[in-house]
Amino acid sequence: MPIDTTTRTIEIECLRYDPQTDTEPHFSSYQVPFSDDMSVLEGLQYIKDQLDGSLTFRWSCRMAICGSCGQEVNGVPVLSCHTFLRDYFPHKLRIEPLNNFPIIRDLVIDQNDFLDKLESVKPYLVTKLEKPLAAGPHLQTPQQLNRYYAYSQCINCLLCYAACPQYGLNSDFTGPAALALLHRYNADSRDQGWQVRAEVINADAGVWGCTLVGYCSEVCPKAVDPAHAINQNKVNSAMDFFGVLKLMNKGGTE
Amino acid sequence: MEVIKVDIVVVGGGGAGLRAAIAAHVADPQLKVALVSKVVPMRSHTVAAEGGSAGVIRSDDSLANHFDDTVSGGDWLCDQDAVQYFVEHCTAEMVQLEHWGCPWSRKDDGSINVRFFGGMKVQRTWFAADKTGFHILHTLFQTSLKYPAIQRFDEFFVVDLVVEDGRVRGVLAIEIATGARFLLESKAVILCTGGAGRVYRQNTNAGIVTGDGMGMAYRHGVALRDMEFVQYHPTALAGSGILITEGCRGEGGILTNKHGYRYLQDYGLGPLDPWPRPKAMELGPRDRLSQAFWHEEQKGNTIGSPHGHVVHLDLRHLGAKKIHERLPLITEVAKTFAGINPVTHPIPVRPAAHYTMGGIASNRHTETSLAGLYVAGECSSVGIHGANRLGSNSLAEIVVFGKVAGERAAAYVRDVPEAGSRTIRQQAEAAEQRVLELMGGDRGERIATLRNEMGDSMEAGIGIFRSASGMQATCDKLAQLRERYHAGIRLDDHSLSFNTEWLTAIELGSMLEVAEAVAHSALQRKESRGAHVRLDDYQTRDDENFLKHSLATRNGDDPPHIGYAPVAITTSPPKTRSYGGAGQQVVLT
Repeated sequence: MPIDTTTRTIEIECLRYDPQTDTEPHFSSYQVPFSDDMSVLEGLQYIKDQLDGSLTFRWSCRMAICGSCGQEVNGVPVLSCHTFLRDYFPHKLRIEPLNNFPIIRDLVIDQNDFLDKLESVKPYLVTKLEKPLAAGPHLQTPQQLNRYYAYSQCINCLLCYAACPQYGLNSDFTGPAALALLHRYNADSRDQGWQVRAEVINADAGVWGCTLVGYCSEVCPKAVDPAHAINQNKVNSAMDFFGVLKLMNKGGTE
Repeated sequence: MEVIKVDIVVVGGGGAGLRAAIAAHVADPQLKVALVSKVVPMRSHTVAAEGGSAGVIRSDDSLANHFDDTVSGGDWLCDQDAVQYFVEHCTAEMVQLEHWGCPWSRKDDGSINVRFFGGMKVQRTWFAADKTGFHILHTLFQTSLKYPAIQRFDEFFVVDLVVEDGRVRGVLAIEIATGARFLLESKAVILCTGGAGRVYRQNTNAGIVTGDGMGMAYRHGVALRDMEFVQYHPTALAGSGILITEGCRGEGGILTNKHGYRYLQDYGLGPLDPWPRPKAMELGPRDRLSQAFWHEEQKGNTIGSPHGHVVHLDLRHLGAKKIHERLPLITEVAKTFAGINPVTHPIPVRPAAHYTMGGIASNRHTETSLAGLYVAGECSSVGIHGANRLGSNSLAEIVVFGKVAGERAAAYVRDVPEAGSRTIRQQAEAAEQRVLELMGGDRGERIATLRNEMGDSMEAGIGIFRSASGMQATCDKLAQLRERYHAGIRLDDHSLSFNTEWLTAIELGSMLEVAEAVAHSALQRKESRGAHVRLDDYQTRDDENFLKHSLATRNGDDPPHIGYAPVAITTSPPKTRSYGGAGQQVVLT
């Protein structure tokens, strides 16, 4: 498919907020020339390089794998590197920081709450005995790998938190990405840690905090499907309550 | 300025930095280890590595094979003692990552699968689909959360080292969110700050890959070694430079020109049959493939595109199942960024600057000439890459030498006395003053102007092929850019809160100095070797005069001084580097 590189101009409106000088956010508007292959991120870079060096946003890999550049574009959480200006033309874009997080500056949000939640789910292999390196790798069949592989694709971009109405109402909720990663380890055939993670799952802020809206999975750029992970763990959590889970294979249902 | 005292500061939270921090902590849990990174660790550029990581595991492979492939791939400029250590430790580190949860791709029986990469005799590359760097980085980051004693300073930008009595004594860092300055006093510093690919305009690197650590070490008199060897990856998307992994070719992908012809057979990489064969055709090394592209472009055999000429990377014959299973990221990237479905259409690709083979000079124990300063990963030149890095050796390098750096630093700090903190404080304040002045800049040129001119000039003069006149022109241009930088940069942003324009201005300062080290090292190397290929009077390798490492040392505002040091040759004397030939056909697993 040939890419049209004819240049047109699009209006980009960005939320601005500098805690040093502003009491509340406002918007700045920019006219940005673009070609069909330009991402929203490249539009922001154009503004920063050529028009206004004070516009502040995070970015790094520009190929949708580092998870830095999540923003709300016209109210929808997206990765700006993975979203294209052509899809908005001839209308303008309104770019805001991700919902449900405190703003540090302009489009940059404070992600510390997520980092704490990630740490709380113990996102690493927990094993009863440490296997010596000399014993070589574990065996893990492709089928066993597939039980958790989709959940290991999370790039921590936080779009799912921005999309989650429950997290917006109550930021104690552990939230989609962290719970998906919890499930990723619980479902790994090499892991024996589901009991140490059960407290997080079963807590009010755990899987039961989710009300099944499913918007998290819709906005996920990596098809992780956190909503599915959370609901599997509601089943596991219920079985745990009734004492059934420990009778089954680790990880509970898929 | 806030002062925090720790034992070891690790700068950089990519694969090397995380591995170093874990190793230092495990070596001595009593130590205070600080992990300082300008991004949250899982954003680091390790995340973008795709194809895989080397480690001998097959019964038909051997450490000697890995050693030979690496040394010949590096055109004999590798330090062979370092390579020997490296190949002996790669597999254990891959197993370590497996024990920490890395989702390596498997064979049906559950054992580890390995794929081919360029320049390899035997399949040796451990892979996690085509997101190997992503999985390694997240595995290391998530595993590091097991060790809360590792104190993280996320989104802290390190601007300078502090040195007293010939020993490194800490770093000055900016807390990005607030602009506040922190002096992190320490007994050792481990730099794991990545490469400098962003000194080129079209490159495969993330925006953060700006040579900060190289610049810092260089400003403190540590030499940058073998900087002229910059790897062009043969397959990147035109324009953006987004990487299309060598794993595509490892799985059987082919390269064709505008006539549908597999042109590599014309450049010493054939014959075409029997195919696929190791170290032949598309499984040749990166330097040779990028050079072949250049020749095809000269001959008019490439295909025009809005962002420069391209050739076709064709995966169609692999079939949808294999493409989706082994190369899911590439499929997504090609669709999103090039509008191409690789199952039905070939991917248009061209070479782009990819990897800094050289770096901060260190011995194989990751020690530099500055006591207490250790280095690992792409920012370092520990000696294993020589004049051309083999694909899949860099992911292995970050964990093998990250661990060494962590353990060595942990041992070193035991015997180092506390420093007298007054001069340390003064030095940090002087560094603070310099960066604050930069933020105040309200007249002069825009950052992007200088950065783009630098990138274009590096591509024009220090690209895939080089000549004295082109390299000289780039050297002159860089000197002029440094003057313009010092004359004043205009910032629009004078706020202390999350001022990324300010950080970009600091990064540009490092990039200009590192670019100068690259350009002058290249100009002085009057031979062709690996990724440094000249079109003028020096078209062949000259072992008599240039079987030696270059060492670029900072020389104030003048161009760097270029010196030389011997290469460690243990068991493999230089031979002709040969690829192609009528080899054995192989079965790809």
